[in-house]
Amino acid sequence: MAHAAVHDDHHDADDHKPQGFMARWVFTTNHKDIGTLYLVFALLMFFVGGAMAMIIRAELFQPGMQLVEPQFFNQMTTMHALIMIFGAVMPAFVGLGNWMIPLQVGAPDMALPRMNNWSFWILPFAFLILLSTMFMPGAGPQGGWTLYPPLSMQGGDSVAFVIFAIHMMGISSIMGAINIIATILNMRAPGLDLLKMPIFVWSWLITAFLLIAVMPVLAGAVTMLLTDKYFGTSFFNVAGGGDPVMFQHIFWFFGHPEVYIMILPAFGIVSEIIPTFARKPLFGYQAMIYAIASIAFLSFIVWAHHMFTVGMPLGGELYFMYATMLIAVPTGVKVFNWVTTMWEGSMTFETPMLFALAFVILFTIGGFSGLMLAIVPADFQYHDTYFVVAHFHYVLVTGAVFAIMAAAYYWLPKWCGNMYSERWGKIHFWMSVISVNVLFFPQHFLGLAGMPRRIPDYNVAFADFNMISSIGGFWFGLSQLLFVGVVWHAVYKSKNRATAQVWEGARGLEWTVPSPAPHHTFTTPPVIDDSKLAHGDPTH
Amino acid sequence: MMSTGTLRLRRALAAPALVVTTLLSSTIALANNPEPWQLNLTAGVTQTSQEVHQLHMIMLWICVVIGVLVFGFMFVAMFRFRKSKGAVPASWSHSTKLEAAWTIIPVLILIGSAWPATLVLLRMADTSESEMTIKITGYQWKWRYEYVDYFGKDPGINFVSSLESTSDRTRQLGSGLDPAAVKVGDYPTYLLDVDKPLVLPTGVKVRFVITADDVIHAWWVPSLGWKQDAIPGIINSQWTKIDEPGVYRGQCAELCGKDHGFMPIVVNVVSKPEFEQWMTEQAPAPAVPATADVIAPTTGPQG
Repeated sequence: MAHAAVHDDHHDADDHKPQGFMARWVFTTNHKDIGTLYLVFALLMFFVGGAMAMIIRAELFQPGMQLVEPQFFNQMTTMHALIMIFGAVMPAFVGLGNWMIPLQVGAPDMALPRMNNWSFWILPFAFLILLSTMFMPGAGPQGGWTLYPPLSMQGGDSVAFVIFAIHMMGISSIMGAINIIATILNMRAPGLDLLKMPIFVWSWLITAFLLIAVMPVLAGAVTMLLTDKYFGTSFFNVAGGGDPVMFQHIFWFFGHPEVYIMILPAFGIVSEIIPTFARKPLFGYQAMIYAIASIAFLSFIVWAHHMFTVGMPLGGELYFMYATMLIAVPTGVKVFNWVTTMWEGSMTFETPMLFALAFVILFTIGGFSGLMLAIVPADFQYHDTYFVVAHFHYVLVTGAVFAIMAAAYYWLPKWCGNMYSERWGKIHFWMSVISVNVLFFPQHFLGLAGMPRRIPDYNVAFADFNMISSIGGFWFGLSQLLFVGVVWHAVYKSKNRATAQVWEGARGLEWTVPSPAPHHTFTTPPVIDDSKLAHGDPTH
Repeated sequence: MMSTGTLRLRRALAAPALVVTTLLSSTIALANNPEPWQLNLTAGVTQTSQEVHQLHMIMLWICVVIGVLVFGFMFVAMFRFRKSKGAVPASWSHSTKLEAAWTIIPVLILIGSAWPATLVLLRMADTSESEMTIKITGYQWKWRYEYVDYFGKDPGINFVSSLESTSDRTRQLGSGLDPAAVKVGDYPTYLLDVDKPLVLPTGVKVRFVITADDVIHAWWVPSLGWKQDAIPGIINSQWTKIDEPGVYRGQCAELCGKDHGFMPIVVNVVSKPEFEQWMTEQAPAPAVPATADVIAPTTGPQG
């Protein structure tokens, strides 16, 4: 059976796979197929958003305007962010959750499989609408992904389409989150207590609560934009007694938890991979869970650190500075625990481990600049410069995206039944890790030297580092094509069959099913053997 | 009394950072305006900007030290505990002492860095006893400066400052003009020069009241040590006191539409007598500025 399912077109009767493309993919209620759909969609959006980043870096390659008009440039920065956040990173995590959560908790599928289908199939339409705004009269959104009024209201009627697309993405995310919570809380195999769950499952459980809490807040904020523009309300319109700063408060009350939505599952992934390749249990399992929960809690009470320069009262500035600095404590615990997990282990350095290790170092660098940004007087200098651009790309690219890459390499043999090419995986890793630093590290210097973000052109003093950054950008972008090659090869060409165990040090229920995972798994609940779980001993 | 306390504490806390700052300054000139290959924040020309720079250096070095320790341990682990060297994995996975230590120590470090930050912020927030007030209004895509108070008198000076014409011609898509050729003296001023700069006197505490007319902008001159959003319907205040005469350049720092990258800020700081001379030349708010180097049409917002 294991080899019968290697190719998608091998329909094994025992596997009960639906026949035909429509039945298999469009009407699917299978968590694995939906997971695959999410992952393929995320990868596609990663390249669409990446292509926009290439245009941005090409225009910024040297001073002077060479390629695009400023309006188009602003459209690129806005769309790049919206697509990468809502189209690439979030769907990738949902895809990983879909694939792995039922396998990791011993459930036959997600709790709400039909809703699962709907959550996914909303997304392609949402992004078609979003992308189509670029071809509308007055062009697409140009006011930044944060959609600050009054600027965002200056757009043409594409504003309405963008807001509708955001509503659809929000509905998709909320349904996905409900599904994940319902699955984790109701469908664990008998005997798999909460404190025996893999840390990836824990991280997703907490993330799903964040999603449910804040996506409606975003929906509310953009709905107010919509009524301000089309129905004569004045939520944010000064002339009617509204307040543009109120939008920023509401937006960031969503926005800050949102950035943790994009990093907490990454923490979970890295906490799975490092113990596997260090062949040693995760250090401080419970502390890791408490740290994730603390970070999630803090994410609700620090939003205005994105707005230190709007002119808040002194007390507000001080409160948000102190609260923000506190995040360093649980984040520090996580980093120290990962390093301690490696200590006295027996490490090997396969591609997933390389990405996970790079994550620990480079995410921490992004955390450091985050700590610096928390200091209000210093933020008065850093705010809205390339220093901030460097900061959030370190946490989102070398943080979230590297964790997604690590997860893809880690679980790919389980998904497709074949080992990927370790040699090409490593080439992909080294190309990515070097180029991403060439791309983003000089942006710290640019910001400190005084280059604002979101500008299409700059003084010649900023030319050298911009050129270096652009070269890193093209190099990083091209390197990601290697990833497509490695995945394609593993799925369709690789002759190297994966065992059920795949990795010597891997532990947990997903490694007890054959590779590739059959279409239906755990139709009868597995018997839980504490010694075979990643975290069988709840005291740790 | 707060200021002496601030000063003492700042000195104590900043001592190690200052050593390194000095080291850095000797190799890389901390320019007041952006320089090629500039790596670090400018120390600027006000007490505020220097304090901000010190805070920045303190935080940077705290991060560097923690980074070296954590990454150091990590690399030692990666080299010592590899399977290829025959490492046998241990099975321990918990240590209350260690975990308590690396929860408590970071808290102490954070308190240590929040303290000086708080003191600097308190001083920055104090706009009282200003001797001069300037109202700044952001427009798409230019700045209006109104001198509304100078030692109790209304100077009645009011003008618009926008991107000077050479930069403006050069920045058009496919202009074929060389951005490096846009210069004032030796300094390349492409996109960092205006038709009519804000003129300020040295040694005077200037209060800025900042607002906007259309969308949100942000007024930022790095050498002064802060930026402040200019928001329609809201008046924000900030202040500065500059002791060194000079020309300090900045830019709009909040995305404000298509020409966001093309609304620079130039502050020309001159001695008090020169400033008063300049004021008499300006008054009573002529429609066309008499001393402007480049006479640019000051039309209304083009939005």
